[in-house]
This record gives sequence, C-alpha cells and structure tokens, in this order.
Amino acid sequence: MLKERKCGVAVIGGGPAGLAAAISAHEVGCRDVVLIERDRLLGGILNQCIHDGFGLHRFGEAMTGPEYAQRDIDRFNELGIEAMTESMVMELKEDRTLLVSRRGEMIRLRADAVVLAMGCRERPRGALSIPGTRPSGIYTAGAAQNFVNLSNLMPGKKVCILGSGDIGLIMARRMTLEGAEVKAVFELLPYSSGLPRNIQQCLNDYGISLYLSTTVTGIVGEDRLEAVQVSKVDERRRPIPGTEQTFECDTLLLSVGLIPENELTRMAGIAIDPVTNGAVVDDDFMTSVPGIFSCGNVLHVHDLVDWVSLEAAEAGKRAAAWAKGDREGAAGIAVRHGNGVRYTMPARVSGGKDVSIAFRVGAPDRNRYLVVTADGREIVRQKRIRLHPAVMEHLTVKAADLKGCSALEVSVQ
Amino acid sequence: MSTAYDIAIVGGGVVGCAIARELSKFTCRVCLLERELDVSLGTSCRNSGVLHSGINYKPGTLRARLAVRGNAMMDELCRDLKVKIKRIGKLTVALEKDDMPGLERIYEQGKANGAPGLEIIGPERMRSIQPDVEGIAALWSPSSSIISPYGLTIALAENAKANGVDLRLGWGVTGVEVLPEGRGFAVKNARGETVTAKLLINVAGLFAAAICEMAGIHDYHIYPCRGEYYVLDKRLDGSLRTLIYPTPNPKNPGLGIHLTPTVDGNILIGPSADYQDSPTWTGNCAPTMAQLREEGLKLLPDIRISDYIRNFAGLRAKQTPPEVGGNADFVVEDRADVPGFINVLGIESPGLTSSPAIAEMVRDMVKAHLPLLPDPSFNGVRPGSDLLFSERSPEERAAMIADDPDYGEMICRCESVSKREVLDALNNPLGAKTFVSLKYRSRVSMGRCQGGFCIPRIARLLYEEFGWKWEDFVDHSEGSRMFAGKVLNGGEH
Repeated sequence: MLKERKCGVAVIGGGPAGLAAAISAHEVGCRDVVLIERDRLLGGILNQCIHDGFGLHRFGEAMTGPEYAQRDIDRFNELGIEAMTESMVMELKEDRTLLVSRRGEMIRLRADAVVLAMGCRERPRGALSIPGTRPSGIYTAGAAQNFVNLSNLMPGKKVCILGSGDIGLIMARRMTLEGAEVKAVFELLPYSSGLPRNIQQCLNDYGISLYLSTTVTGIVGEDRLEAVQVSKVDERRRPIPGTEQTFECDTLLLSVGLIPENELTRMAGIAIDPVTNGAVVDDDFMTSVPGIFSCGNVLHVHDLVDWVSLEAAEAGKRAAAWAKGDREGAAGIAVRHGNGVRYTMPARVSGGKDVSIAFRVGAPDRNRYLVVTADGREIVRQKRIRLHPAVMEHLTVKAADLKGCSALEVSVQ
Repeated sequence: MSTAYDIAIVGGGVVGCAIARELSKFTCRVCLLERELDVSLGTSCRNSGVLHSGINYKPGTLRARLAVRGNAMMDELCRDLKVKIKRIGKLTVALEKDDMPGLERIYEQGKANGAPGLEIIGPERMRSIQPDVEGIAALWSPSSSIISPYGLTIALAENAKANGVDLRLGWGVTGVEVLPEGRGFAVKNARGETVTAKLLINVAGLFAAAICEMAGIHDYHIYPCRGEYYVLDKRLDGSLRTLIYPTPNPKNPGLGIHLTPTVDGNILIGPSADYQDSPTWTGNCAPTMAQLREEGLKLLPDIRISDYIRNFAGLRAKQTPPEVGGNADFVVEDRADVPGFINVLGIESPGLTSSPAIAEMVRDMVKAHLPLLPDPSFNGVRPGSDLLFSERSPEERAAMIADDPDYGEMICRCESVSKREVLDALNNPLGAKTFVSLKYRSRVSMGRCQGGFCIPRIARLLYEEFGWKWEDFVDHSEGSRMFAGKVLNGGEH
C-alpha cells in the first residue's frame, strides 16, 4: 500500500524558499525535482500577506505577498516542475527518505538531495508564561492574519497586541482598516523588533501607541477575553510591581517571535544552531547530513522575503549539483560571531568561492563598522550609520581573502 | 427527549459519567445533566491523569477502598471503552534514612488497603526502572498508572449514551424541588426547563454543596483548591519511565509538586495547591508559575524555555477549609432525610481512580429504591481504537489512507492529526460542538504551536464543508466566541 518513489531533488515546502530552490534546481539541469507542499496552493505564508512592500530588492518594485509569490509560481509552472500539494512530510531520515502523507495515499520518496524549506511558525502564548485565564480571543498575529485575509473572519473588535514583530505591526494596521479599535502595542524590549518602516507605516500613521519595556502580566476573562493587565519591565525584563495598567479588550494578538520549523530536521539527526534554531550549514547551504540542504526561514528567520528567495535559489542550485554527483570537499573554515554579532550564516565555508555572510547584530547601534577578520587579519570593513537587530546584515567575502585561513570572525567595531 | 426519568444525574465529570454508564446496564430511564457544553470540562479535564494504587490513604476510608477497587477495574474498562492506559508504576522514593519510617508506614498502609504488588526496593532495582533516579530505597507500586482523564470521561459518556442515557449538555441546574410524598424531584434550569426524576444523584463536583442546598441539605461546604500545571513539549518524552514521588513528609502534607508523564507523551509539572473562593476561575498566577518552573527544573534539568507549551489549572472540590488543610474522606451517601437523594461529594484525588468503584457503590444504593433489571441490549464496548492514527506504523497508515482518503490529509501539524480524526471528533456521539470538544477528542491544537497552524485550517473546514457561521465557533462555552463577526464585504458565512 505504501507507494515507493525516487527523485533527484525533493524540496520540502512550497513557500518562497521552496519555490526558489525548486526553480533554480531545475534551471541548473535537474529534471526530477519534486516540491512537497502541505497547503492547497503554493506560495506559503505570502498568500495571507496582502499588504505591499515585497520585492523591493529583488524586483525593484513594491508588490503584495500574493503578487510576489505568483511570479515564482508562474515560473515554476512554466518549467513544468512537479508540485505535490496538500501533502505533508511525516518523516525525514538521514538517508534522504521521506514519508509523505496526502489524500488517498502515503508515499515513501527516496531523494538524491533534499532541500528543507519548511519556513517558521509563531511562538505561542505557552512559551511566554503569561499569568491569568485562558479565554477565547488570544491568537498569534499570523493566525489572525489568516482569519482576516483568507477566511473573512474578524477575530475581535477591541485589540491589544503583544510584541512589535513585523506581523504584529502589520496586523495593527490591518485590524484598524477593518474597523477594529487597536488600543496599543506592547514590547518587552526597550526597542521594537519590527522593521523601522513598519513602525512608521503601521503604527505612527494610524496613531497607535507603542509601549516599550512593557509586557502583559495578566489575562482577564473566563469565556472571552475581557482585559489584559500590562506592567513595565526593568532592564532584566522583570515586571516592576506598581506599574500595572489594565486595558479592556476582547482580543490579544501575539507577535513574540518566530521559530524555524525544524521537526523534520531534528528527525534526520541534523545539527541545530542554538541561536538561530535552524540547521548549521556551510556556504553551499548543506547541513551536517550530506545531501540535505536548508534555506529560508527554516534556516534562520529573515525580515525580507527577497533575501529568502536569493538564498534559496543558491541552495537549490547546490542541491541539484549534489544530486548530479558534483560534490565538493568539506567546508573547513569556521565562521565565528564576534563582538555584537548574534550568529552568522553560514557557520563554515569552503574557501573555494566568494561567500555572502548573513548575520544579525545583538542590539541597536549607530555609526559602527562591520568587520570580518581571517585568522585575525582584517579582510572586510564596512561602515553602518544604523544597526538594528530587526535588520539582517550581509557582507561578501572574496575567495582570494580566504586562502589558507582556518577561521573567520564577524564583529561590530 | 422525555422529561420524566427514574434517575437524574447532576454533573458530567468522570464520576457522573461512570455512574451514568453503570446505570445504563439496566432498564431504568436515566438522564445526565451537565452545565457546560460538553462533559469533562471541569475538574475531570484539569488534573494529573494518574490512577493511584491506594497506598496513600488511611485504611478503612472510602478513598482507600474505592481507589484500590477502581484501579483494579480499569484494565477491563479501558479495553471495552478504547481508552489508552499505561501501567507505568510508581516509585515513592526515600532520599535519606529519615525517610525510611515514612516509607515503611505507607508500605504497610498500602498492604492493608490491598494495593497489589507492593515492594520496597533498593537503588539497583530503582535504577533499572528509572536510570537517573536518586535515593536509598523506594516503594514500588506497579498498579499506579497514567490515563487521559478527559478521554476516559468522554468514553464513559459516549457508552452511556449509546446504551440509552439522555445526555443534556448546557443544562445547568438552578433549582431542585423535592416533590411531596417521596415522589422524587423536579430539577430546573435557568431557561425554565424542568426534568423530573425519582432519584437524584448529585455528582456536581465544585457545585455539589450548592446542589445540596437546593434540596434543603445544609451539611456541606466545598472549598475550591486550585492546582496549577505546566505542560511540557513532547521533545522530553521518554525522560520519565515511571511516576516518581517523594516519601510523604508529615511536615508537608499533600503529594507535592512533581512531574507526571501523560499518555500522549507530554510531561506535566504540578500541581500546586492554593485555596480560592471561585468555583470556576482556573487561571495561573505568576508566583506559582515561577515555583513550578523552579521545581520542574530541579527534577528535570534538561527543560528549556521552549519546552513550556501551555499552562492550565484545575480545582479540587475540598471539604476541608484552608485552616484545616489535608483531606476529608469522600461522601457517598443515600440521604435518609431527603429520600431518593444520593450524594457524591468531596471527590478530590483519587476521584479519577475511584470513579468506576463509586459508580458500583451508587448502583447498589439505587437498588434500595428501584428494582434494577439488567438491560439485555446493553453493549459495554465502544467502537474504535485507543490508538491514534499517528501512533500506527507507516504500513498501517498507508492501508488506512487507501481505505479512507481523509486519513491522508493532515490538519494539525504538531500532533499529526488527520482530517478523518477531526471529522470524527466533530461528529462525536455527544453532539458537543465546542473547539475544546474537538481538541479533547482528536488532539488538534494540543502540540507545540498550540493551534497557530491548525485553528485557521479547522475554521476553514467548518465553514466551507459544514456551513458554519462565524457565530457558531465557540472555544468552550456560550460566551467564548472565537470570532467577533465577518470582515466587511468579505463574502458569505
């Protein structure tokens, strides 16, 4: 009953990362790419992102999420790549065998190379230990976005938002446009974790207050949410007694972080970076398990889809090369994160080619230099007027500078 | 549905449902009245899910007798009702010499109560059961087990209903009229509806004293005592192979905060114990949550922040006020002063374990009032399986998908729940339609993303394929609507 199948490159996930990876794998010559998507439509989370601002870097124009996705979907279809939709990968093994469940059948798919492109999910309330009851009306911002934009359902009328991540900011504007009263956005940190342009366009333009160093410390209501209690927090993020304030609302949206969805990655025994919660990869985007590649938000959470697509296209190309048997030697140069840098991606490079290193800084800053050293020797130095943890940084390192070196370090000076 | 019954049971918790199922073996007309929109939405869904062996209760008490008897009944009951039970046993651990007299005492007490298979074992045996356990000795009680408390309650209710019990959900009792000349009771709700019954069985848990008051019985007071929990991610599944409790310490009564594995692979930290006035508030408090995290980390240092996936709290229906503490014995009585009023009250732990034994005891009390004739059409076996689809082998799953395509479509990612299981939960025999009803029957939204992924998908399924309107979606109660309306000009539903 279990159907057996083989393919060259299996791409898990049909969002922007999966689409770009599948397209580039095909374009470099792999003719048996299979993309597996659990939803009915390709495009992933972009389908519910009906606001604009996508594609500025990649296409030089502002598009909505569905418009951005459609460009890749059109190309994907034009190339005749196979998509298994409404199909969920239940298991991934180290030997690149996938167990796929779909309507009416279960398939064991053996792939020469696998691209992980499962994206990320939102951190739920449970991880926050918010005291109080568990009434209805508490949703992650992305779930609310899905209800409003895809199902025409209004989650509530009087809204508070915890967390100033981009989805929370976008939903503050979206709920306002649909006639809800957005009372406030609360952020635990002393700065917003969303993009500066979203603070302006989604909060300031609509007169919505952002309370920094503030968190929800109480949930009121046994049936539907009735109110939230918020408190200021100290520099160690602990609520300060006596600063409690109550906001009446029927809805609390949570935008408190995204978690790469690495269940399958762990199942395959792939090494995970504790900072990104994504796989540890080399400059070919290959994980610790040979032949399994990772890209997009499942690798590390991005702020712009443009970077997801570019990164995934590269990963797809490398996966196709691997499937064809074109395998380079191990990437031996470690990339370390130094002062002010939270992580780097990739974590190791081969040294045989130019490499773009993506990373995030630990705290907002101004007028600093981003520096890369090779065994202590400075090889890249670039000035930044503003640095922000919400903005992913990229630096390119030339192959010539990597000759004979054993470790790179990226830091803020 | 008729409104005249032989027996009305007030309360759809595990004990009420066990009584309903027991009485469904006979030809009498029985109804069960439950104030919530589903069974098992009170204390029965908010506890550790442990079947106790009976070692911790004073010999001669109902708690001792009913726990041992109830535990012994569970294998057959769970087999018939397709409820998962795991006989993982329990180690009551002595950490130091001073704990030994206490350990000996509960060993003797457990033997006196008839708890099976008790042994005091040394460190070597202890570590063969749980490799990293510390301590100098332990009492091993093999009959201690884990079970899904709401799974059992729902199964009992479904089987009772299949055998003719009228289940009335959303039927909150607001008045009990004792009819003259021993003609029984007229029971009323806030909508002005009445059912009459010759016998009234009060199993209303936190509201049991209030039901007594309605019938003119003023002997009881229930003190709600909140127990809070953390639910941990399945990542830690397998860390605990058995139940581990400290030796009871007279200076610190109660079982203390501990870790309990669940039958579904999560681990619970809890419960705390805090008295409160409200019989319904089941929230969590910051200091208690901090205490639970601290205690949890002591017992399982591997816990990470991302392992905390949910909190919940349940209320114990205690008869002992805060200043007294401890536990009173269960009340299971046939009231002489109000003929036909059978009172089952103060059922805190081990209520889940004792439930089928309490049901037998109540049945025998009923016999004193009514001739109970066995119903030849009674079928105690519930259809289905105790295994979830995701617990089956790939080959079995493939065969089931080929047979029923809906098994192939995954709705809940974290818990791997298929569309078939969601549809089965939706079409549940009790007709319960809350979101929590779906959750307790299929495990949707009970995983690490807590519904962020599947709730929108389930909402879409319900309005596209079942024609639900926005106002039909409730979380757990009439007042807990999930949506506030439609998006303006956003199409029909």
